[in-house]
Amino acid sequence: MTSSIMDVEITPQVIKEHGLKPDEYDRICKILGRKPNITELGLYSVMWSEHCGYKHSRALLKTLPTKGPKVLQGPGENAGIMDIGEGWAVAFKVESHNHPSAIEPYQGAATGVGGILRDIFTMGARPVANLNSLRFGPLSDPKVKRLFAGVVRGIADYGNCMGIPTIAGEVVFDESYTENCLVNAMSVGLVRHEHIIKGRASGLNNPVIYIGATTGRDGIHGATFASTEITDESTEKRSAVQVADPFMEKLLMEATLELIHNDLLVGIQDMGAAGLTCSTCEMASRGGAGIEIDVAKVPQREKGMTPYEILLSESQERMLLVAKPGCEQKVHDVLAKWDLHAATIGFVTDTGRMVVKENGKVVADVPADSLTEAPIYHPAKSEPAILKKHRDFDETSVPDCKNPGEILEKLLSDPTIASKRWVYRQYDHMVRSNTLVRPGSDAGVLRVKGTSLGLAMTIDGLGSYCALDPYEGAKIVVAEAARNIACSGAEPIGMTDCLNFGSPEKPEVYYYFDRVISGLGDACRAFNIPITGGNVSLYNENPSGAIDPTPIVGMMGLFSDVNTAVTQWFKDDGDPIYLLGDIGGTIGGSRYLQVTHGKKTGRCPHLDLEAEHRLHQVLKAMADAKFLQSAHDCSDGGFAVALAECCFTGLTHEEAARGAKVSLPGKGRFDGRLFGEAQSRVVVSCKPAMGAQLEAMAKKFGVPCEKIGQVGGKELAVGNEMKVSIDKLADLFFTSIEKQMA
Amino acid sequence: MRFSVTVFPGSNCDHDCEYVIRDVMGQKVEMVWHKETDLRNPDCVVVPGGFSYGDYLRTGAIARFSPVMKSVADFAAKGGLVVGICNGFQILCEAGMLPGVLIRNKSLQFICKNVYIKVEQTDTPFTNACKPGQVLKIPIAHGEGNYFIDAEGLKKLKDNRQIVVRYCDPEGQVTPESNPNGSLDAIAGVCNEKRNVFGLMPHPDRSGEDVLGSHDGQVIWKSILAAKAGVA
Repeated sequence: MTSSIMDVEITPQVIKEHGLKPDEYDRICKILGRKPNITELGLYSVMWSEHCGYKHSRALLKTLPTKGPKVLQGPGENAGIMDIGEGWAVAFKVESHNHPSAIEPYQGAATGVGGILRDIFTMGARPVANLNSLRFGPLSDPKVKRLFAGVVRGIADYGNCMGIPTIAGEVVFDESYTENCLVNAMSVGLVRHEHIIKGRASGLNNPVIYIGATTGRDGIHGATFASTEITDESTEKRSAVQVADPFMEKLLMEATLELIHNDLLVGIQDMGAAGLTCSTCEMASRGGAGIEIDVAKVPQREKGMTPYEILLSESQERMLLVAKPGCEQKVHDVLAKWDLHAATIGFVTDTGRMVVKENGKVVADVPADSLTEAPIYHPAKSEPAILKKHRDFDETSVPDCKNPGEILEKLLSDPTIASKRWVYRQYDHMVRSNTLVRPGSDAGVLRVKGTSLGLAMTIDGLGSYCALDPYEGAKIVVAEAARNIACSGAEPIGMTDCLNFGSPEKPEVYYYFDRVISGLGDACRAFNIPITGGNVSLYNENPSGAIDPTPIVGMMGLFSDVNTAVTQWFKDDGDPIYLLGDIGGTIGGSRYLQVTHGKKTGRCPHLDLEAEHRLHQVLKAMADAKFLQSAHDCSDGGFAVALAECCFTGLTHEEAARGAKVSLPGKGRFDGRLFGEAQSRVVVSCKPAMGAQLEAMAKKFGVPCEKIGQVGGKELAVGNEMKVSIDKLADLFFTSIEKQMA
Repeated sequence: MRFSVTVFPGSNCDHDCEYVIRDVMGQKVEMVWHKETDLRNPDCVVVPGGFSYGDYLRTGAIARFSPVMKSVADFAAKGGLVVGICNGFQILCEAGMLPGVLIRNKSLQFICKNVYIKVEQTDTPFTNACKPGQVLKIPIAHGEGNYFIDAEGLKKLKDNRQIVVRYCDPEGQVTPESNPNGSLDAIAGVCNEKRNVFGLMPHPDRSGEDVLGSHDGQVIWKSILAAKAGVA
């Protein structure tokens, strides 16, 4: 061992540089009954970082609903798993890679995809889809353009090379994310029940085997870096960002699935944040066992690496596994087939300790549990004064609109609302030939080959609502994601969330966090949707402030018969159009208010959880009965934008754009009804002969349903007040981002 | 009919090929690992898409040295049918089994979307079931599908009628807008002089069923079946 490292004196400065507070250091000393050496300090530093240890969030996360009859694996493993029938299960999870992407967009985003994919195939599931949720500052900013392009290319290069289709996502441009972009990646995998495997170590003396890429000095302290605010000095932490090798990961995925399907393993875990440290102590802790490893046996990329560096490296595309007795050679044979490194680096013990040696000499010896049980904090919270200002905003101070056609054109050109074609065309969204609904509709839809089953999936967030009202905003995020699933004809069965916030150590930020968790929990309970896992990303702030509180929700939907899937665009001229839900009429918190009046304020819309739930149920029933030609929810830009999208998004699937003539329901402000964002509204169309049955079904479910017009023509006409060419609207919508990125 | 699909490290459309051949077209299919040399007596070899060797060095440049490629070349030399799709096309070009090269898309971006291609030659074992000039809707998904060949090579391709499919619009017009990647002469796929080796960038493996947006890719597989039956 390099004696200079072992000799490092543990001064208060060293402790601080490791992101540990003095009382946390005292706690470590108490656990060990002695002072830690520098290697041990490094272990606690990464495992007790917010990124790995959830120390400011765990208490609140425990309040979220995580159970349900379909849940096979809830939070606590690499990914949640739900039963979907016929012996199949779906594994899914979302995770952030915000900090690395802000510093190094291409590698940051690429390794984010790599990390979430490993979480899925580590469970024995074959990844079948990727999704992502991205947030940047205004697209007019050249720096944002560079970040946006780099992130998209990073995601594309990784997913495309792996051969996993990226089938859905969202991109939002808002000033709150100018310095702190958000990159949340979600992955979905399919697994037979009998192949589900967990990240735990058991069986005294079972071999602990390292597989995949070699260990280098990249990404050391990535987890600690991700748990601090971004400052000008952050760019100097570029070495904390890892380098992606999707080809290596593809081999690793195929080898891992082969090992699992051949029943050679007791447990397996990927090396993501906190690398070898995290995989070792978590596997030991979950299995109620201990693990002893020797770092000298770890395949290394560079000479002279210290135990500290080997343990904390976040080199990508590596896994740790525990083989079944007598299977060690078979494991090595599979890895040789895939030309991958494999090394037996240790064995399972019954001591409950994580013991690290270097050439037989002990360099770290700590209780495995103590690393995985970071301190739990209950930070102070206080309501930010700005929230009252938002609530008190007087909508009547904004004059009603007089030029709805022009406003609609402006909204459809707004990069947040406009088509993300520039993005998803860079993603292979068809590989594996399961994609039935490609990007362009409310949810992506996959079939499960060999069955009638299908999966619908979406990822959504509404930071601007949560900034105005964190509780209501969080409810709406869940509702909108579930509504997108319901519009596709599927039943929302489970969700994963990624909670992106500023520093929890600031009471105003923690207030948002607390209220958002309440909102997410209440909505999930109302809709019977369990949360099977997720990720927390805090410290998304910079010297000028924190991001909008941004919970991102990945929602999984299930079809028992995927042939009932519905898409959002109008299908035939002459089809009647209905509005399910009430038109509403307020403009608070709307994209309209932001884009046309430059105001990000007001009361965000109220969501009635019961009415919303009935809407999801009626949509599913209508889809099952094959009443629907199309269904599309009203979200950003409200009723008018939803109608316009129904008219032209068929173009995404090489179908015709169609006009529509509708009347505008309700009374009151014209802009509120056209562009306001009242919740629980869906525009549907059906074959003319189905109209009466559709109305009867809505009545039976207690969902407001009003016939508002019919499909046809080349224009979108709303009452006598607005008439716009569909070709023109489509052109603005599809080319807005392309033109800005050209 | 018996198909063999080669599998390189990094292949990722091997599943799609296996599925469409076996489950959609109802034919026998064997997956042949790149380290093997026995092709298992196929009637047709499919070199699938993906990122063999991660596209490192250059697309297809390393895969062509895999042991299986010697067998594929021998099989083709004896008149066996070989079709390369996407990365498979790139590999066949790198291996010298097809003329030309595939360079970065003109946009410098990866492009995934449905495109239209026009069948220019129907007297090949891969297009004999098509009508002359038939337009097929088939997806592309590639970053390096920009076909290039020198003037002499292009003349040879034309003289020998080796340009099998070209990018076009839905009506079959070859226009600059309908060329997705900047390919010379809108070339989407070519065959060798003996017409038994065919490579194309679009994916007939992903367009075998209406639920996927198009079944037009089936006609390529049907042509191969017809060729085996002795029609072509």
